[in-house]
Amino acid sequence: MTSYALFLGCTIPARQPSYEASARRALTKLGIELVDLANMTCCAPPPVQSLDLETGLSIAAYNICLAEEADLNIVTLCTGCFESLAMANTMLKENEKLKARVNQILSSTGKEFKGSKEVKHYLQVLLNDVGPNRLKENVSKNLSSLKVASFSGCHLLRPSALLKFDDPEKPHIFDDLIETLGAKSIWYRHKLKCCGGLLRGYADDVALAIAREKIANTTKAGADCIVTLCPFCFLTLDLGQVLMKSTFHEEYNMPILHYSELLSLALGIDPEELALQFHKIKVYSVLNKIG
Amino acid sequence: MKQEKEETTTNLAFSDVITSRLGGETITLCYQCGTCASSCPVARITPRFNPREIIKLSLLGEKDEVLSGDAIWLCCSCYNCQERCPQKVEIADVIYALRNIAVKEGNIPNIYSEFADGLTNEGRIVPISKFLEKKRPDLGLPPLKPVGVDALRKILSVTKFDKIKQEKKEAP
Repeated sequence: MTSYALFLGCTIPARQPSYEASARRALTKLGIELVDLANMTCCAPPPVQSLDLETGLSIAAYNICLAEEADLNIVTLCTGCFESLAMANTMLKENEKLKARVNQILSSTGKEFKGSKEVKHYLQVLLNDVGPNRLKENVSKNLSSLKVASFSGCHLLRPSALLKFDDPEKPHIFDDLIETLGAKSIWYRHKLKCCGGLLRGYADDVALAIAREKIANTTKAGADCIVTLCPFCFLTLDLGQVLMKSTFHEEYNMPILHYSELLSLALGIDPEELALQFHKIKVYSVLNKIG
Repeated sequence: MKQEKEETTTNLAFSDVITSRLGGETITLCYQCGTCASSCPVARITPRFNPREIIKLSLLGEKDEVLSGDAIWLCCSCYNCQERCPQKVEIADVIYALRNIAVKEGNIPNIYSEFADGLTNEGRIVPISKFLEKKRPDLGLPPLKPVGVDALRKILSVTKFDKIKQEKKEAP
């Protein structure tokens, strides 16, 4: 069994139990052990980096140190956590001077960043530890009538020089993993463009206008649902549709699913175990299409 | 003549301030082609934000306009511009550096003050709801592990992050 330190982050336990429940069940079923470590903190995502990059980098490094001490690689569910931690891991491994600076800051906590561990997004675990063949063998439901608009979110792919996940302009890993489950991953306009989520709270009008384009484009392309990886994209697109209804009087009813939910459904895990009631836009239409 | 000389010194100082900060190192490589602006999902929606313009104003030394304005806070950090820049200007990171300088000077939007509070008080920027925490056993989720808030506060103290709020100017 392959074990990972699960970096859960803030948004998922604070708001999205269905993401956590589905990811834990599906990954465990596929033979991945998730270890919850004590004393992890905020990953230091863009809002913290905006206040002070050096602080952000040090916080990310502190969390990686905890995994180093436990002799485990990190797996994240949230793409934002993936970005913060993977970016810091690469920067500090590649830049001795920066590593020395951060280690000086970390010395107050009794930690030292060594650079001995990897930070992975759970898609990489599915791809490399489970593998597409074993994944396919474990699929017990028929998803072939489901048209999925994939939306990975920005921070799975960019900045690509530091994250090294996939081609930032022509990514395929996420779409491949959707098709491995038997669903059809469809093209839509501006597929790789941001959801605007990080502007929520500062410029809600701009954030909502960007999210509205995403929902309109996927609707036009005939998608049955949008499948996301980032809890913030999920929030922006799911709760966002409630705001689109009150602001623009537009009702899309486009179900938004976390990939881990689609994965769980494909693996035959009972939908009752997935806490799907926490979605703002209900997902019955998707459940009905899964045979 | 003397006045011009003084202005030049001031202008040079601002780009020096930016390049000396983490994230700001590559700003002087910009040749104003506009690939960033045409790749930007925010610039498509609103004229309030244009990454090329922010870099131009910064290089021209328009410090006050850049740091006290609203534009630097409208970047959605998607890194599209940074991927495509032919000069390898790390544009999104430059904007982080500009935000960091603005914060140091006391220009902090309210929502960012809230993020700073969450981080300092709870070690998280998104607070955990008591309702969901109580519900976790019913949802088959393990109890949450304690957050390393003490270690985090030590980091915030060394980097003087905990002083950010004291420097905040009164909201206009």
